[in-house]
Amino acid sequence: MNSSIIVFPGSNCDRDIAIAMEKLNFQNKMVWHKDTSLPKSDLIVIPGGFSYGDYLRSGAIAGKSNILNEVIKVANDGCLVLGICNGFQILTETGLLKGVLLRNKNLKFLGKDVHVKAVNTENKFCNKYEKNQVLKLNIAHNEGNYYTSGEHLKELEDKNLIPFKYCDENGSINEESNPNGSMNNIAGIFNDKKNILGLMPHPERMVDQVISNNDGINLFTSLLN
Amino acid sequence: MKITNAIVEKHGLKPEEYSKIKELIKREPNLLELGVFSAMWNEHCSYKSSKIHLKNLPSKGKYVIQGPGENAGVIDIGDNDAIIFKMESHNHPSYIEPYQGAATGVGGILRDVFTMGARPIALLNSIHFGSPNHPKTKSLLNGVVSGIGGYGNCIGIPTVAGETKFNSTYNENILVNAMAVGHANKDKIFYSKAKGLNKSVVYVGSKTGRDGIHGASMASAEFDEYSEDKKPTVQVGDPFTEKLLMEACLELMKDNSIISIQDMGAAGLTSSSVEMASKGDLGIELHLEKVPCREENMTPYEIMLSESQERMLIVLEDEREKEAKKIFKKWDLDFVVIGKTTNTNNLTLKLNNVIVGDIPVESLASKAPVYDRKWLKTKLPEKTILVKDLKKIKLEDALIKIISSPNQSNKSWITDQFDQMVMTDTLQKSGTDAAIIRIHKKEKAIAVSVDSSANYCKAHPNTGGKQIVCENWRNLISVGAKPIAITNCLNFGNPENSKVMGEFAECVLGIKEACEFLDYPVVSGNVSLYNGTNKKNIHPTPVIGGVGLITNINNRINQYFKKDKNIVLQIGKSFGQLSQSIFLEEIYSITDGPPPEINLSNEKNNGLTVLKLINDKLVSSVHDISSGGLLLALTEMTFESNLGIKINKPKNFSNLMEYYFSEDQGRYLIEIEPNNLGKINKILAENNVFNQIIGTIQKEYFEVIGELKIKTNELYKANNTWYNNY
Repeated sequence: MNSSIIVFPGSNCDRDIAIAMEKLNFQNKMVWHKDTSLPKSDLIVIPGGFSYGDYLRSGAIAGKSNILNEVIKVANDGCLVLGICNGFQILTETGLLKGVLLRNKNLKFLGKDVHVKAVNTENKFCNKYEKNQVLKLNIAHNEGNYYTSGEHLKELEDKNLIPFKYCDENGSINEESNPNGSMNNIAGIFNDKKNILGLMPHPERMVDQVISNNDGINLFTSLLN
Repeated sequence: MKITNAIVEKHGLKPEEYSKIKELIKREPNLLELGVFSAMWNEHCSYKSSKIHLKNLPSKGKYVIQGPGENAGVIDIGDNDAIIFKMESHNHPSYIEPYQGAATGVGGILRDVFTMGARPIALLNSIHFGSPNHPKTKSLLNGVVSGIGGYGNCIGIPTVAGETKFNSTYNENILVNAMAVGHANKDKIFYSKAKGLNKSVVYVGSKTGRDGIHGASMASAEFDEYSEDKKPTVQVGDPFTEKLLMEACLELMKDNSIISIQDMGAAGLTSSSVEMASKGDLGIELHLEKVPCREENMTPYEIMLSESQERMLIVLEDEREKEAKKIFKKWDLDFVVIGKTTNTNNLTLKLNNVIVGDIPVESLASKAPVYDRKWLKTKLPEKTILVKDLKKIKLEDALIKIISSPNQSNKSWITDQFDQMVMTDTLQKSGTDAAIIRIHKKEKAIAVSVDSSANYCKAHPNTGGKQIVCENWRNLISVGAKPIAITNCLNFGNPENSKVMGEFAECVLGIKEACEFLDYPVVSGNVSLYNGTNKKNIHPTPVIGGVGLITNINNRINQYFKKDKNIVLQIGKSFGQLSQSIFLEEIYSITDGPPPEINLSNEKNNGLTVLKLINDKLVSSVHDISSGGLLLALTEMTFESNLGIKINKPKNFSNLMEYYFSEDQGRYLIEIEPNNLGKINKILAENNVFNQIIGTIQKEYFEVIGELKIKTNELYKANNTWYNNY
């Protein structure tokens, strides 16, 4: 699968995700933010980090960059797009995903392993996970508190547009297992057509047993499926 | 402007120092020149009080590529891999403005490391605050922790280890020490020594602003009731620009364009240009109107003394300007040729081609004052406390009180604010004896740890100095690493006070003795003096940052119990020395008496034998016994699993408290499979290592036979509650 990883000044998970995806046989191309065209891609990845220093608002400046115009075009044509952490924030800034990511409820940066439940697996990104499988993934963000309108939240739930929710190690989804205050414990969402996924946890940090676990691998192998 | 005594004093210079300046340049300096002298001659940049002591530290060894004197120290870890590391203080700015002070401390130390061609791979910190009850502590703590996290998280370097301590000695002067560790190819290391005449001197990075002017001088004076007014001397950090600067520098370093490179840290453009010229035995001419400025009408004085962050000075090879400029343009950074190297041996400052300052480089660097200050020896205090005379306390109550105290409680509320995993090579995170970072795409790793023991150093500086080196060495051994070299950050009070100067001299002597004996050289370091307020000096607080090598990542080990029914052995002997222990401090508020004795020969023998057992795969977990003693170390081994331990009562101790809470040195706990006991005993006997069986691992309960029995998760809870209620 041909994938393009967008690199903004301030991206800092671009190398990590490139390594994870190479390991799983993706053909990666790194695309610089000043570029005005995209290589032919089956998948576009917007990695984590602090694009443009996250000045103004997380992801706000990246959302208006040259290359994002191109991403928006192909995304609307159905190309697969994966935004992780800052990538998720950027996708909400462009409007490709609805809702916003507010500051964490405790107003502090959170860098830790959390449990996440794969609540919807019938889609391009999660089909290799078992439904309701509990994963241990790492989060590292200051603004991961997902917020949207009541109407949109209902739509997300009704149309199975929420693939991952924060939970405890037994899979219970409740306020205590919600690290950042996200509505309905949301850790990631799709757009309507389910070709665009934004998520706060970092699956690319969970593809190597030596440093963590393999819970992130299936996200990538699902895409290859 | 006529230089008056008041102006000289305002620049932190003594009258005799001013006379020396006039003697060296054979005339009166103008204000700009005086500013440049004050920036170079202050304690922070010149090491004038510490130099004669520091030169005794061992800095050579078979793994050392570069010792002290460069931006950072460099060690060889084989296969063309070099590790570049250093620790530095940002105490004064962090007390005045905790977030920016701490953030720029991290930024500064990162630049020291990537200036030399290394990609930073780990950040560590050692932070000391006043009593938790002091009205300022909470906001200082929150500010410093978010500042450290804010910078490291944004630039994308994992913050993997550290220590946080509270003691009323830091009420008015906190300590913020940051350490950075980077990886470079051994054949691609960059130095600050300029070479060649008429080479372009290039300014890259952020623009120069009016922030941080005289920062280094501020950091070289005691605080008083007007400390708040010093806020403008604190720099403002921009980790985003630092990220760009780092990527641009590392990109430029791929070819051979750079002759010399130096970051603009303390004393900014002044110290970086003087450093390059002095090491290269050259002169440098700077055209100040070319310096990119953030604000209008900045004077030469402001430009030369600004400590704006995220800036570098580079001496470039001929005809490489165009290519180099392209790289910095790509990263949206300034790149301006602001001067050239000369054969005058002077720092020549010009504004629109008019000379505004002209100072011999040697008068700023090699001829700067060096003081052999008076110092007093600290006598070894006598033991005054007999534990049997103290009011009795139950073992369980003592343990719970200690593990739930601010100093001993779990610090994940701090480390959860740091990204520990970015770069995806963190094999072991904080909260353990040492963090482990894999060398990218290789099967080997480094272990890193920072350690300090201010109470021991206060009680007896020489013993304390030795102890911190040993403790750091032990922490690296405990994760399966061979300790290679250290950096240090020496935080002390006012050196003009002979008691304080004595603490400094004797701690350094202790560090020297231990480093020599353990073959553990000092490759970089930093001194922070004048830590105190209104004549009240902090406890002597040298901090050691050590780096060890794990040649095969499969040989790494941690402190957590692995298997029911395994045996726990103690390596090294207990003597029951309780003076200066956490036990006496937390339970009885007793803080006098001597620190535990150091026996370097046992320390080395015990450590190397434990390392052998680890490499022979004969142990399942290892933990060193340090502050809090045996019982606290055993408690820490039960976290992260459902396993507890049944602990035997001692045979040779009548007083349980002395046995369980003494802080005797050179001790480790190892977990072993029962069927390996014979083999291990043989190795220990062959190496003359004292050992004894402590107990047997069991499920769920932490138990001292006949004394206490408590669920391990209760202990964990007690260890994790303090901050939530703070």
